[in-house]
Amino acid sequence: MNPNYLDFEQPIAELEAKIEQLKRVGNDQQLDIAEEVARLEEKCRKLIRKIYADLSPWQVVQVARHPLRPHASDYLQRVFEEFDELHGDRQFGDDPAIVAGLARLDGRPVAVIGEEKGRGIQERLRRNFGMPRPEGYRKARRILALAERFRLPVLTLIDTPGAYPGMDAEERGISEAIAGNLALMSRLKTPIICTVIGEGSSGGALAIGVGDRVNMLQYATYFVISPEGCANIIWKTVEKAPEAARAMGVTSEVLAELGIVDETIPEPLGGAHRDPAAMAETLKARLVAQVEELVAIPLDELLERRFARLSSYGN
Amino acid sequence: MSWLNRIRRGPSQSARARAAAVPEGLWRKCPGCATPLYRPELEKNQDVCPKCGHHLRIGARRRLDLFLDPEGREELFADVEPRDRLRFKDQRKYKDRLLEAQRKTGEKDALVAMRGRLCGLPVVVTAFEFEFLGGSMGYAVGEKFARAASLCREERIPLVNFSASGGARMQEALISLMQMAKTAAHVERLQAAGVPYVSVLTDPTFGGVSASLAMLGDLILAEPGARAGFAGPNIIEQTIRQKLPEGFQRAEFLLEHGAIDGIVDRRQMRQVIARLLAKLTGAPPLAEAT
Repeated sequence: MNPNYLDFEQPIAELEAKIEQLKRVGNDQQLDIAEEVARLEEKCRKLIRKIYADLSPWQVVQVARHPLRPHASDYLQRVFEEFDELHGDRQFGDDPAIVAGLARLDGRPVAVIGEEKGRGIQERLRRNFGMPRPEGYRKARRILALAERFRLPVLTLIDTPGAYPGMDAEERGISEAIAGNLALMSRLKTPIICTVIGEGSSGGALAIGVGDRVNMLQYATYFVISPEGCANIIWKTVEKAPEAARAMGVTSEVLAELGIVDETIPEPLGGAHRDPAAMAETLKARLVAQVEELVAIPLDELLERRFARLSSYGN
Repeated sequence: MSWLNRIRRGPSQSARARAAAVPEGLWRKCPGCATPLYRPELEKNQDVCPKCGHHLRIGARRRLDLFLDPEGREELFADVEPRDRLRFKDQRKYKDRLLEAQRKTGEKDALVAMRGRLCGLPVVVTAFEFEFLGGSMGYAVGEKFARAASLCREERIPLVNFSASGGARMQEALISLMQMAKTAAHVERLQAAGVPYVSVLTDPTFGGVSASLAMLGDLILAEPGARAGFAGPNIIEQTIRQKLPEGFQRAEFLLEHGAIDGIVDRRQMRQVIARLLAKLTGAPPLAEAT
């Protein structure tokens, strides 16, 4: 079992291993295997298409948490130019679970705030697995205020298993940190575009998720409680997470129907992790277009629309 | 109701044994000090234990009744009803859970809104009903709170909210999460208009309610001993794999950590809030509230 592939991706892993092996043999013995390789590669594409055409909600959650899925830092490099990271909340500390700063998007200056899970054990620990503490959200708040002052559009990249449920987070007022961001973002005098790139879990995701546009990558997921948490409460076992995922409607498809998500951004065949460059290119094109649209709207109207939108949730 | 709460909080073995000996109805045992309390006496004392000062949980209607002046009350937005957009179903249908909660509490959902007077000052008050699916916030709660805040902004009437909630309502999935954004946006507008909003944390206030409307008050007060926080104590204990210290997330802890303005005894709540609101709205000193 290849740990870089999900369980339902294992047939892909096997086929790809076979192709690799064939290529190696061919190179060593200088055989002409091009035709066979091409045939297998076509077979592989078909297999991926077939598997990904019919993912269950729970499988989508797994793709959203895929070990190779691009993170906020990857998009900061690939989608934006000249990213300058800015640190600290000016009150307590700097939270590596949130990456924020100034950048350019197709030349235009913007502010970017992203949740970063980290890759590799060391980095994941340092980033607290993408679970922000109050200082992370307060750093975000500071960058939001900065963006408002200098009229920079704000782009947020959501990817978190949730706000950190620890003692220190409670002591420093995690509830207020989240609530304050919701309030500020609801009236911030500059366009805000939020994109769920991986896992959008609960208040910890929403704390950088209020804006004029809410995008989801095709295989991203967004929920009020993790399917495991929901299953634990209702069925008293995490084994029922697939049922919980279905019941809650955690995919962009369902959330677009509910009017919560505006746009689903398509992923490359087999998910963003199979072609991060192509994913970044698609995402960039959509973000550039959305920023253009939003900056053209008079600010008063933009804020009215944002408020009306927030008021309409659930209607 | 109170009996159930005691069970949920898990009183000590001896307390439980004594509870069995207390006839249900006329007597009630204090969850704080286990003293059997004569119910009419307890009610006269606003459901605060006369022995130890423990604030027993009370429902939304009782809360409003204790808080508002007797004259000129009017319930607001009583027509707001819960919705089941996802047709959520686990072992049971959400629709059935709603019907059961409605039968049990007599409420349509977990928030009651009323306008009236507080020591003569016009106010709008919202109160959470914890017995309705744990006071969880779904569409109906968010919508009613938003409408109350809008009314307050239009008529420039202060808003007071008493929260008691486990958080967002799971069965409404992301719609319930979005009520956090909705209520926060409405509080923000109210505050921008210079109309005061006082948030009172009562036991318990957690999750999505804590991380939105409850922590956004111009003033945030709490009843003595009330527990409030984002993550529930069990979740935190599972995460950090250690026991939480005594008093963690209680009102006194919140005050010490700078999260709230003050702790107010239920029996003084009317006077304290009236006095504060009178100052914020530029009203003269209130005879009744001094």
